[in-house]
Amino acid sequence: MGKLRTIARRTFLIGSAAIAGGVAFGVWAYRRDVENPLLADLPEGAATLNPYVLIDADGITLITPRADVGQGAVSIQAHLLAEELDVDPSVVRTSFGPASSAYYNGKVSAEGFPLAAWDDGFVARTGRAASDVIGKFTGLHLTGGSTTVPDAYDKLRAAGASARETLKEAVAQRLGVERDALSTEDGHVIAPDGTRLPYTELAADAAALEPIEAPLRDPAQWRALGKPMRRTDIVAKSTGTARYGTDVTLPDMLHATVVTNPVLGGGMASMDVAEAEAMPGIVAIYAITDGAAVVADNTWRAIKAAQTIRFDWGPQDGPADNDGLWALHEAALDSGDRDSRFTDEGDVDAAPGTRLDTEYRVPFLHHAPLEPANATVLYTPERTQVWTAHQAPTFVAQQVAKVTGQDTEQVEVHNLQSGGSFGHRLEFLWVTQTAEIAMQHPGRPVRMTWSREQDMTHPFLRPMAIARGAGTTEGGQVRSLDLTIAAQSVAESQVGRLGFPVMGPDVAIVAAAWDAPYAIPDRRVTGVRVPATIPVSSWRSVGASHNGFFFETLLDELIHQAGADPVAERLRLLHHAPSRGVLEAAAEMASWDGPQPGPGRGRGVGFAFSFGVPCAQIVEVEQTDAGLRLTDVWIAAEVGRVLDPVNLDAQLSGGALFGLSHAMFSEITFADHAPEQWNYDGYEGMRQWQVPRVQVRGLGTTGDIRGAGEPGLPPAAPALGNAIFAATGQRLRQMPFARDVDFA
Amino acid sequence: MQVTVNGTSHQIEVEPDMPLLWLLRDELGILGPKYGCGIAACGACTVLLDGVAVRSCQVQAGDLDGAEVTTVEGLGTPEAPHPVQKAWIEEQVAQCGYCQSGQIMQAVDLLRTTPNPTDEDIDDAMSGNLCRCASYPRIRAAIRRAAQAEGA
Ligand code: FES
Ligand code: FES
Repeated sequence: MGKLRTIARRTFLIGSAAIAGGVAFGVWAYRRDVENPLLADLPEGAATLNPYVLIDADGITLITPRADVGQGAVSIQAHLLAEELDVDPSVVRTSFGPASSAYYNGKVSAEGFPLAAWDDGFVARTGRAASDVIGKFTGLHLTGGSTTVPDAYDKLRAAGASARETLKEAVAQRLGVERDALSTEDGHVIAPDGTRLPYTELAADAAALEPIEAPLRDPAQWRALGKPMRRTDIVAKSTGTARYGTDVTLPDMLHATVVTNPVLGGGMASMDVAEAEAMPGIVAIYAITDGAAVVADNTWRAIKAAQTIRFDWGPQDGPADNDGLWALHEAALDSGDRDSRFTDEGDVDAAPGTRLDTEYRVPFLHHAPLEPANATVLYTPERTQVWTAHQAPTFVAQQVAKVTGQDTEQVEVHNLQSGGSFGHRLEFLWVTQTAEIAMQHPGRPVRMTWSREQDMTHPFLRPMAIARGAGTTEGGQVRSLDLTIAAQSVAESQVGRLGFPVMGPDVAIVAAAWDAPYAIPDRRVTGVRVPATIPVSSWRSVGASHNGFFFETLLDELIHQAGADPVAERLRLLHHAPSRGVLEAAAEMASWDGPQPGPGRGRGVGFAFSFGVPCAQIVEVEQTDAGLRLTDVWIAAEVGRVLDPVNLDAQLSGGALFGLSHAMFSEITFADHAPEQWNYDGYEGMRQWQVPRVQVRGLGTTGDIRGAGEPGLPPAAPALGNAIFAATGQRLRQMPFARDVDFA
Repeated sequence: MQVTVNGTSHQIEVEPDMPLLWLLRDELGILGPKYGCGIAACGACTVLLDGVAVRSCQVQAGDLDGAEVTTVEGLGTPEAPHPVQKAWIEEQVAQCGYCQSGQIMQAVDLLRTTPNPTDEDIDDAMSGNLCRCASYPRIRAAIRRAAQAEGA
């Protein structure tokens, strides 16, 4: 491990010099000490050893800056720190810490480079390393892209180790002994005579010392990492004592809700609030950007009054409905313009064999986390405080400062855990709306909650997309594959909402398709950018969420045409050993013996390489009188070293079931410029009685450290579609599948 | 109007059409029950009303006089969890956790009427409770575990 670290670091420096090609910022930002946000309002007598560990007389706080949206981020971050620091992660406090650029996340931008994550060549490594520098420079305090663990793995353990050794050094100097003569246990330094000195008493002494850089422990010595862990939040979440943004309660707090034009930026021409104003508990109703805010003494009273307001909305440009939106995609495909073509091997146009041409479609999807969007803001002219759950808290401060006209430093963000996100908590609209409202009530906190209806009809969507596929088969083998994917650009839409332009092609449009590690002799993947209309967003696994379906369904169709076995032909084509490993494992788990295990039953294979993780899934369905029923899902993934098998299971099975649920039932459609789905009754998902048995295996054969929140999703939909084909002979080329088949 | 919540009696004056959910959350500050949909489509707001699981977003304050309400907070505490909560902890069911108060209350009701539920019983009882994180397999496992613990 030590050697790997050194190599990585050297590559990092060399790479940054070579790739940056004169961009001095990268080097300068890397060398510069990142400002330590915790020093700013540290109480007297408290020492901060680094931005991840805070120790004072009151106790130990582990700073876990990555947002917890249900993926267990707080728990794993706390365990990484605790493993080296020698404290009990379920006893010490955890805090998301302040929003700060010190908590940059280099891994997010690293995966934005069009370098296949399975490509470990020099160019790929240096490119990724250089973007680590860029991440530091731009101060991306961000949670996303399944990067929490990869990014934190070394940083947090190093922070814990440094804190531990510095505390020991304080005791060494006090007692006049060698640091090596001391040990640590459960928040104490143990002196040679057995005396236990609590860390909390050593904080002041340790603050006066130069922090010590200590080597990391050998994984063989780990006590918690690598074994089944108990999530630090599990007791609170099982006893109703966990607190979310929607539970924020402050003295003298006002409750609010908003109703806005279904078209972002469409404005509001006029509103009739006569009925609403007369309702009980209403404090104020006024216009905000694109609509109205209702402020009351109780959330329900605000929502009820808001429902009675009659609006005359402002202009609603762009296509009004789904037909118009599909037409835009078709036009983009027909235009021949392309956004990217990262893969163009052999000659697909001249490839020999029997030809197949197909087209696939996926709908818009909403993140729809169960906790509706909400924020609490306390504004005063001097300082604004924000309580909300967000994956990019530094941007929250910037966005709120824009509304209040303050400096970013005057905005303090208290980040909270979130009742789900799936990418939703990368958006800002409800936070800036709450800031607008709070400015009308200086000195009083305002908790603003979107009604489910406002939430469902003001989504930031997973793009709808069309893929045109073609390929040839010859001699029982897949010979060529040509896939062209048309979608709006998430990066353009999402980063554009922050006011930044995005240069170059959008890798997400073709993610998990252009870099699918199959050695198909003639192969081409083309991305087509559809003009921006509806706001789109990063939805769990982003582009891979549709491309897993497009690529693996096309491949499955070709394999079927070739008369080959879905597992065997994929194994023949996969050129990446861990990818073959996961497919072999899934086949073994399922006791794979072909796609038709019995009458009325079918099995389908799905594979995707996304976020650095190869994941294979096999789904089995059976036909019943009530419709198709999912019976089993077998999932195998290679995330490298498995830090917590319990959470790996939760994340991979959760990702797969989330993918299956949407593949079966969910879509957001438009009519008259607005989403047609208003609540969960219109946006159904899988329920307990539809849930198959799920088995998960993490291979753990590589030294990588990878996140598991997203890679479980992309293989699920194609595995299901391919299983339904095996069971029924019906090929599903559009989602949701319930449009074409009945599910039990 | 008088309502008993988790053993404490409250005198309450609110509009008769205020849903129990919001009476609990915004008037009494009992935050375990969650708002997810407001239309009986998600189950996040589930509480026990006179011992029976109900969607608190659908129960009106005006119908509550003399009622006994139990929320997730009334089942047990972090220090002394209820057997169902204990099973939820042991199986590590929660991901984001937002649905789990409702899931637990629904499971308590199921196990009260059906101490040894079959898979089908679990399906029937639990299918009104949405979990966007898809923790469903562990919900099933936790109900089985709680049933065994109570039977033992
Ligand atoms: S909030 Fe009551 S069922 Fe959803
Ligand atoms: S645990 Fe997140 S909604 Fe159920």
